[in-house]
Amino acid sequence: MTQYLDFEKPLAEIEGKAEELRAMARENPEMDVEKEAAALDRKAADLLKSLYGDLTAWRKCQVARHPERPHCQDYINALFTEYTPLAGDRNFADDLSVMGGLARIEGIPVMVIGHEKGNDTKSRIERNFGMARPEGYRKAIRLMELANRFGLPVITLVDTPGAYPGKGAEERGQSEAIARSTEKCLELKVPLISVVIGEGGSGGAVAFASANRVAMLEHSVYSVISPEGCASILWKDAEKMRESAEALRLTSKDLHELGVCDRIIPEPEGGAHRDPDTAITSVGEAIVSMLNELRDLSGDKLRADRRNKYLALGSKGLAA
Amino acid sequence: MNWITNYVRPTINSLFSRREVPDNLWTKCDDCGTMLFHRELADNLNVCTNCDHHMAIGARDRLKSIFDGGVFVEVAVPEPVADPLHFRDQKRYTDRIKEARKKTGEKDAMLVAEGEMGRTPVVVAVQDFSFMGGSMSMYVGNAIVAAAERAIALKRPLILFSAAGGARMQEGILGLMQMPRTTIAVQMLKEAGLPYIVVLTHPTTGGVTASYAMLGDVQIAEPNALIGFAGARVIEQTIGEKLPEGFQRAEYLLDHGMLDRVTMRTALKDELVTIVRLLMKQDAPVKGDLPAPEITSEATLQLEDPIVPDDAK
Repeated sequence: MTQYLDFEKPLAEIEGKAEELRAMARENPEMDVEKEAAALDRKAADLLKSLYGDLTAWRKCQVARHPERPHCQDYINALFTEYTPLAGDRNFADDLSVMGGLARIEGIPVMVIGHEKGNDTKSRIERNFGMARPEGYRKAIRLMELANRFGLPVITLVDTPGAYPGKGAEERGQSEAIARSTEKCLELKVPLISVVIGEGGSGGAVAFASANRVAMLEHSVYSVISPEGCASILWKDAEKMRESAEALRLTSKDLHELGVCDRIIPEPEGGAHRDPDTAITSVGEAIVSMLNELRDLSGDKLRADRRNKYLALGSKGLAA
Repeated sequence: MNWITNYVRPTINSLFSRREVPDNLWTKCDDCGTMLFHRELADNLNVCTNCDHHMAIGARDRLKSIFDGGVFVEVAVPEPVADPLHFRDQKRYTDRIKEARKKTGEKDAMLVAEGEMGRTPVVVAVQDFSFMGGSMSMYVGNAIVAAAERAIALKRPLILFSAAGGARMQEGILGLMQMPRTTIAVQMLKEAGLPYIVVLTHPTTGGVTASYAMLGDVQIAEPNALIGFAGARVIEQTIGEKLPEGFQRAEYLLDHGMLDRVTMRTALKDELVTIVRLLMKQDAPVKGDLPAPEITSEATLQLEDPIVPDDAK
């Protein structure tokens, strides 16, 4: 049973009616409802297409956060072989909101690292809803450094509401950990490829995504602050998140125009959560294609290109 | 209650209180409440002479306090695209910028200057909290990159005074992208073998702390400066408990191993000179107030009159 978002309510009604009809027919075999149900299906499909063809920025945020959207774990399971998780920051703890390890994609050995939000109450708590503590960033730094020494490309999957705002996290240097992780991204002499698969939440995302190539799933978002946070500061009203989401220009299309996102990965009709397999396959193809773009470049060139890309960012704004 | 208590007494009181607080001559310490004579306070770099509380100091006053004789040359900062997102909340971003420029007389939230500090050549960048909360904009990113490039060209250390609430929301993702951009500037300095010293001042939070402000070779903070990633209110709401006294203050960070030193503003210059000269393997410094160095280049004297950008006049 799909969880519907608020703007999908009309869709839920139509799909619900079709399901009701079919349930009735199952109980009364003499009833022929298929024609009517099929008409409802077509109506639902049209509505889905029109809803998702023109999502507002706020609706994209909702889709990006959809609980059934495929998460890091799903991508790793489906796209990588020989995934060998590596744990711990060697200082304090293993932060389960960040997962990572050695793996192969299309036969190529790589290091894969990502934020994992969890998919039920237990795992969400375990994964801290994808909000990393300093240990998570320090684990990522360690894995990136390992990949760098052995010449393995690094692939990061970004899906976080942001770094965890907690007492211990601050005491153990949340900001320092994020700064060092960003620094490590920018130091690597191996290809670094990032895919924003859901939410790219501020500094917590930058720490993984200061990459040679940044791809975004069509309905994912990447922003300096959450729309709710921005609304409560600039509009003095957290309920103005629709306005702030629009103003922040956080969609894949806007980020592509600004040069922050290099590639938009199209999502299946109705978002990645309606057809996870197709979404995961598209992400896999994009990763392999980006790896191929970078595989013949020298370490020095990879690092220089990455730096030059970021230094040049912001030379143009959005068209009026 | 009658006419005398309701009307006459307040009027008389207000006459007296008005005479007691001429706000142009005296400043009240935010912390201990002592009335401080403004010139004395300025001489003490806005540190309360009674309780040592550090009040805000303007970016230009900061530069004057660091360079010998208060003399420095500004380093030009390339102008970024204005309002790249066409951002508008309750106000237009372009209007907010205009207001901030008018209020501060500065172009944006960071000043970069070169000069001598205890006869030691340095480049100094100062973040200006009075300009939109010091927020990290594309201009701020450009300023840090320009500061690093200038330091490298002159083979000088870079000293950076941070003060900001975080990235500038009105520049959206491009504000956020100053985290990697400024990190690259720090890496360039490291590769050039030049010291990068950060002085964290009140307050330094958000994406600024999570990039260039935490990457110094030596990390110094002013007493009681608020330094952190997330805001205290957000943390309290998230964890559902009160935070301890002094949380996210300089001394608390020092206790938790996040800083090298907490240093009084009045002692900062001497300390910076010492650290920089040791790292650069220069001779021991000559302490005390030194006269201004001779001006050799196309130097602009920055003594009393700040340069006001054209559009702010």
